[in-house]
Amino acid sequence: MKKSKNLGRTIVTAILSVISVIYVLPVVAVVLNSFKINTFVKTDTFAFPNAESFAGWDNFITGMTLGGTFWTSVFYSLVITVLSTALILLFTSMAAWYISRVDSSFCRAVYFLCVFSMVVPFQMVMFTLSKTADKLGFDTPWTIPVIYLGFGAGLAVFMFTGFVKSVPLSIEEAAVIDGCGPLRTFFSVVVPMLKPTMISVGILEIMWVWNDYLLPYLVLDRTKYMTIPIHIQYLKGSYGTVDLGATMALILLSIIPVIVFYLCCQKHIIKGVAAGAVKG
Amino acid sequence: MKKQRDAAAVTSRLISRPIRRMFPLFLLPMVASFAIGFVWPFIHGIYLSFCQFRTTSDAEFIGFGNYLKALQDQTFMHSFWYTALYAIVSLVLINVLAFTVAYALTQKIRGANIFRTVFFMPNLIGGIVLGYIWSMIFDGILGKYGTSIVLNSTYGFWGLIILMCWQQIGYMMIIYIAGLQAVPEDMLEAAHIDGATKWQTLFHVTIPNVMPSITICMFLSLTNGFKLFDQNLALTGGQPFIINPDGSTLKTTEMLALNIYNTFYGQNTAARGVAQAKAVLFFVLVAGLGLLQLTSTRKKEVQQ
Repeated sequence: MKKSKNLGRTIVTAILSVISVIYVLPVVAVVLNSFKINTFVKTDTFAFPNAESFAGWDNFITGMTLGGTFWTSVFYSLVITVLSTALILLFTSMAAWYISRVDSSFCRAVYFLCVFSMVVPFQMVMFTLSKTADKLGFDTPWTIPVIYLGFGAGLAVFMFTGFVKSVPLSIEEAAVIDGCGPLRTFFSVVVPMLKPTMISVGILEIMWVWNDYLLPYLVLDRTKYMTIPIHIQYLKGSYGTVDLGATMALILLSIIPVIVFYLCCQKHIIKGVAAGAVKG
Repeated sequence: MKKQRDAAAVTSRLISRPIRRMFPLFLLPMVASFAIGFVWPFIHGIYLSFCQFRTTSDAEFIGFGNYLKALQDQTFMHSFWYTALYAIVSLVLINVLAFTVAYALTQKIRGANIFRTVFFMPNLIGGIVLGYIWSMIFDGILGKYGTSIVLNSTYGFWGLIILMCWQQIGYMMIIYIAGLQAVPEDMLEAAHIDGATKWQTLFHVTIPNVMPSITICMFLSLTNGFKLFDQNLALTGGQPFIINPDGSTLKTTEMLALNIYNTFYGQNTAARGVAQAKAVLFFVLVAGLGLLQLTSTRKKEVQQ
């Protein structure tokens, strides 16, 4: 009995190992092809670079200047992701606390609208949103975080409110009786308790903003600013013959930090996803 | 009695009164950005769907004309059926595979953490980048047979399915693992003692207990399927195109979100009203499907 159970587990492990290898292959293919001369990417996609097709660092060097300086796009992606996530974490947690602690019809309306906004697809608002953002000057990497705060508020407010409602009031009451103002109560009593939710929300927002394509594409002033997804789409879309080798080099450069980030904060990321999924 | 009420209360005047005074600091920034980033664009979008316009300033009210044009648009209807087919196929495949993997990983398999890490990894990569990675891979394979992913709409369809399975299985797997780990151990033991086979336990104990996870995953993959944009744009961009006898173009692998985008930002700027009407229909569809799906699956959940 025990033997057959062990055998079964070994078979399952073997199958999962094979699937894992297949799972990693696309990323391996990106690595291989980023070192190949362009013409060989299409014909020998899955071969190792050989003496004839090996391009050295050429793809990385040409890629750097293809369609604008790549590092500039990386820089703007970083600016937008960091600022947006910081803004969302700060202001939605404060708003969620206010909504849960102040019982007014305005607060209930805001909460209802936040939950409602989670089922609205971006296409519904994309035209009017980009026009409004342009008119109000939210079309630079330094100001677009406000748009992210506005459009992404729903999920964050929903998650924070859910948590704040489960926090016992007596702790905050004790702080108020001891003479804390709302600011101090929030930052030294509520925020420490909110930390796990903060990490979950932060991870979800980082994953969303960093990879987002359409919102920055429509809102940003494209003649001046690009993010990584826009840059890569631009390479493919604007040239007749695409330099696949250089594109793969840039894709590799853009996924390395993501994979490093993932391997470092894996536990938090997986927890954040599981927590965020409950929104349904 | 009083103590009980305190524990259940969400707020007390002691706390709420000082917070109220801090409204400009605590609530205003979020409400103001929310108004700019969501509420106003949404209301304005609804209004514009009843207008003829090229930019937001020259809107002229015309009633339901845009909606009629949207529903008569062949490309819109094509993209609707294409998206629906895609959403259903991907919903079934992703959920069955993700559940199977999650079930296997919760059976005390050696190296389960490594497998979990690998399967979830594609979720970190953005849709545009994923699309280009896979278009290179598919063209590497199909190129050997003298064809390409952008030349054949059947390849385009299944290519997108493979791409999305690769990306989404890991995500759904995480949710299923959380659900499976919450199944009470003593229930499984009781089933074992009562002589239930593995399959009986799976279908009569495990699955009813993870119904909340199944609800969430089906809801997510269905709405994700309908909202898909980045991967669709990057993998095929709607190609191959068919030129109809009347001169119009049918983009065979174009999904709903991409169709709306193309109508908005295509060459014919006079069609923007129609595009906005399509967007409103799209919103009603996505929101409606989500609600329908939630209520129908909730009924099957175990009462706890």
